Amino acid sequence: MSKKGISVKLDKLKSELAEISNLQLSIGRVITEEWIEPMGPTPAPTLTTLRDWDYKLLQRYKPFYMPYCDVCCLCTMGKCDLTQGKRGACGLDIWCQQSRIVLLACCIGAATHAAHSRHLVEYLIEKYGRDSPIDLGTGVEIEAPITRLVYGEKPKTLGDLEEVLDYVENQITQLLSSTHTGQEGNNIDFESKVFHAGMIDHLAMEVADIAQVSAFGFPKADPNAPLVDIGMGVIDSTKPVILVIGHNVPPAAQIIDYLSETGLMGNVEVAGICCTAHDLTRYNPKAKIIGPLSWQLRFIRSGLADVIVVDEQCIRTDVLIEAQRTMTPVIATTEKDCLGLPNRTFDSVDRIVSDLVDRKAPGAFILDTQKVAEVAVKTALLLAPKRMKFKVIPDAKSIIEGAKKCSQCRYSPCRRACPNDLPIPEAMRQASQGVLDGLANLYDLCIGCGRCEHACINNQPIHSFIIGASERRTREEKFKVRAGRGAIQDVEIRKVGGPIVLGEIPGVIALVGCSNYSNGGIEVAQMAEEFAKRRYIVVASGCSAMSIGMYRDEEGKTLYEQFSGDFDAGGLVNVGSCVANSHIAGAAIKIASIFAKRKLRANYEEIADYIHNRVGAVGIAWGAMSQKAASIASGFWRLGVPVIVGPHGSKYRRMLLGRKDREEDWYVYDARTGEKVYVGPCPEHLFYVAETKEEAMVMAAKLCMRPNDTTRGRAIKLSHYVDLHKRFYGTMPDDIHYFVRRESDIPIMIKDEVMKILREKGWKENVIPDPTLLPRLIKRE
Amino acid sequence: MSAEPWQTAEIPGPLKAFVITKPIAVVTLIKRAKRPIMIVGHEATKINIDEKKLIDYVIEIANAKQIPIVATAHIIKEFKERGVENVFSMPAIDIANRLKDSEWRGLDGNGPYDLAIFVGLPYYMEWTILSGLKHSAPNLRTISLDRTYQPHASWSFPNLTIDEWRTQLNEIITQLK
Ligand code: SF4
Ligand code: SF4
Ligand code: SF4
Repeated sequence: MSKKGISVKLDKLKSELAEISNLQLSIGRVITEEWIEPMGPTPAPTLTTLRDWDYKLLQRYKPFYMPYCDVCCLCTMGKCDLTQGKRGACGLDIWCQQSRIVLLACCIGAATHAAHSRHLVEYLIEKYGRDSPIDLGTGVEIEAPITRLVYGEKPKTLGDLEEVLDYVENQITQLLSSTHTGQEGNNIDFESKVFHAGMIDHLAMEVADIAQVSAFGFPKADPNAPLVDIGMGVIDSTKPVILVIGHNVPPAAQIIDYLSETGLMGNVEVAGICCTAHDLTRYNPKAKIIGPLSWQLRFIRSGLADVIVVDEQCIRTDVLIEAQRTMTPVIATTEKDCLGLPNRTFDSVDRIVSDLVDRKAPGAFILDTQKVAEVAVKTALLLAPKRMKFKVIPDAKSIIEGAKKCSQCRYSPCRRACPNDLPIPEAMRQASQGVLDGLANLYDLCIGCGRCEHACINNQPIHSFIIGASERRTREEKFKVRAGRGAIQDVEIRKVGGPIVLGEIPGVIALVGCSNYSNGGIEVAQMAEEFAKRRYIVVASGCSAMSIGMYRDEEGKTLYEQFSGDFDAGGLVNVGSCVANSHIAGAAIKIASIFAKRKLRANYEEIADYIHNRVGAVGIAWGAMSQKAASIASGFWRLGVPVIVGPHGSKYRRMLLGRKDREEDWYVYDARTGEKVYVGPCPEHLFYVAETKEEAMVMAAKLCMRPNDTTRGRAIKLSHYVDLHKRFYGTMPDDIHYFVRRESDIPIMIKDEVMKILREKGWKENVIPDPTLLPRLIKRE
Repeated sequence: MSAEPWQTAEIPGPLKAFVITKPIAVVTLIKRAKRPIMIVGHEATKINIDEKKLIDYVIEIANAKQIPIVATAHIIKEFKERGVENVFSMPAIDIANRLKDSEWRGLDGNGPYDLAIFVGLPYYMEWTILSGLKHSAPNLRTISLDRTYQPHASWSFPNLTIDEWRTQLNEIITQLK
């Protein structure tokens, strides 16, 4: 790994002028070469280094913009009306404005991961030392595939990661600057920068996760990572409960340490929401997961938490207001999220605890994690007997009384505020007559946003009514999820690399992202089950990985209990929190590097070209909502990996769509001959919004096809595509002729049926090339 | 007449759909169109209007003027089961992406469409797709026949009660016939 500077260390220097001892000096940047792989063509790429590659992808997958707003209001010359071809006062058109907003979102996402990563690395260096080794487990030699690929270096210690973050932060600043008024003026160049932001985001995520896996001793690429508890019902309400929310685990981990050190481990429940919960169970499997981010309001209002500790990202910004209703103090622990609380970092623990227990302060902002832990535990122990789990979720009687006050407003402000257009007035009408089923039926579909309550003209606590009406449900909400395993082992990659690239494993389906589901989290579980049964490799992370666990089959088993955690056909792999998404990209990169022996170091274009043409991986971010989800997706796009989002994902305002009917878009070079060969629309789209889970599943099966598939592999992929299509659509797909290259591609069972279609379409056999989009990879004599 | 978006915060900007106050507006638009097409989302199979489903009304409208239908998501089988022949299966986002292309020759190869009638997509997804078309397909008129105001369409019903909606749809069917 390169070192940040020339490191000069003098134990003692004595001269006429001075006597110096223990001097250490760093100047400039120097590579300490320990990695024999020669440097590739694009180390630490800047904004335009990979622009040609981006343009290739964007030529095929053109943006389809769906402006979320007709105007721009980013500078004081606006607002500018950008409808009907009009330009703003700065000359910007609607397409640039959309792509600029997408870039802004991705910069926010990447900056968030970068800042999270920076904090983690600094924290871990302070705790474990700069020379603490990067160690992802015995089976993982390529410890940092994205860092090697993008930055061109191989980190060996925590200290090495700082320099990678220097690069990341520099690039985010450059990217963000291009969104200023009067900078970039071309939408495709904005899109190229979106890809760059995504790639940088993946780098930031990788740094964060390899740092925490190495230093905290999380499961190290372990397919048998423990099964941990998830759900509202897993909490032992007889104990004091500390709830942690967010993504950055040090304060939560410190709480576990403090409990162990003080022998209180079994006396206090520590449970989490969102990715901090994932990482906490990676740190200690005795910790519990409440659920995805949409579980925040319901759990806070349940009153079960005696103290809430928030770190960063996706935390409800009204957490303090909500927590005050249940008399639960909130401890804010990062500079990004102070909640208006006074800084108590330098106060004594006892004073803070007494202020919180006596309700003299609603919370505290504490930057010292050790102090956070001590305050949280002591407060929880003292406050629990006083609070008596005070809740604001009403009982059945109060719900019925409340519902009687509903005016059944003609234009339903509650329903019109609900992102999922849930039939709240009808449920309230039923409740007013003593029937709570209508409200309870909304439980699975409600994303816990609380908008209905703010809109209700009678200030009805509608979300609380839904939760209260589902009291039995929440009590019985006890499931299992496999703790995040982190990286994929090199040996697993060696085993599955061939079958994936040849198409014999039909694909890798990555169920990732947040819980902004249009039709409940169960749909993610159903998709995971379908693909795992079909022996795809199913990987998961973040809120999606949680939703997959919150469902049982007829035998009462969760999917994590049914399917192994191996990165293999039919496996269901939870990699972990949001930042662990880097291991999914990392696995694709490692297939190119380990299985195909492509040069990895700073060789982005070639590896992305390999993945795009050969690795049948598809991301499904069914409930994606955040800017981080946008940047994660864009990191996959630059690698040529398609991503499907659920209906709410259309609000990302831009899709990247192929046109299978335009033959000219689907040619690649045959690296053996240099000939241009038609390979069909494989994969057809790069960013796609599906309306229903059925559509998403069929599309995912289709998007797993790659030009490199062998005939056997293509036949397997086609059989899944056709089978799913027939099951959900009731018909043979009308585009099958695009995907058959040779007769032997056709699955035997449907050969006659397909051949008939092919004859009608005037289909001709084609060669299967050694596909590449990069002319420089043609191996001419 | 002005109307408000169904989802309260989905405020579009300066260019908003004309409000359909009388069925004759839709009937005239359809009759004048040279190449109309209907884009029908999966909610058409779920929404009940009395004993019938929304999809049944859609089919009657399409049949009255031989308008081809694009069934989005996975609902093509619902049309086939009802004996509809002039129906194509295509994802909502794919048909939108083609409609914006003035050189696209249409599902039958006979040229671009001049009127796209939307119904039955999730509100916010129809909202975003119609916005895409409003901005990128200046020669295409769009109508939303949903019960809720879709501000990015060229023409849309305001927010209606089920009764008002049924009356309007029935009237359109009668007048088209
Ligand atoms: S940035 Fe440009 S388009 Fe936006 S408000 Fe300013 S002048 Fe108008
Ligand atoms: S809290 Fe639930 S019911 Fe209320 S608006 Fe949000 S999603 Fe709809
Ligand atoms: S806004 Fe409030 S009062 Fe009006 S229908 Fe909804 S729940 Fe009832």
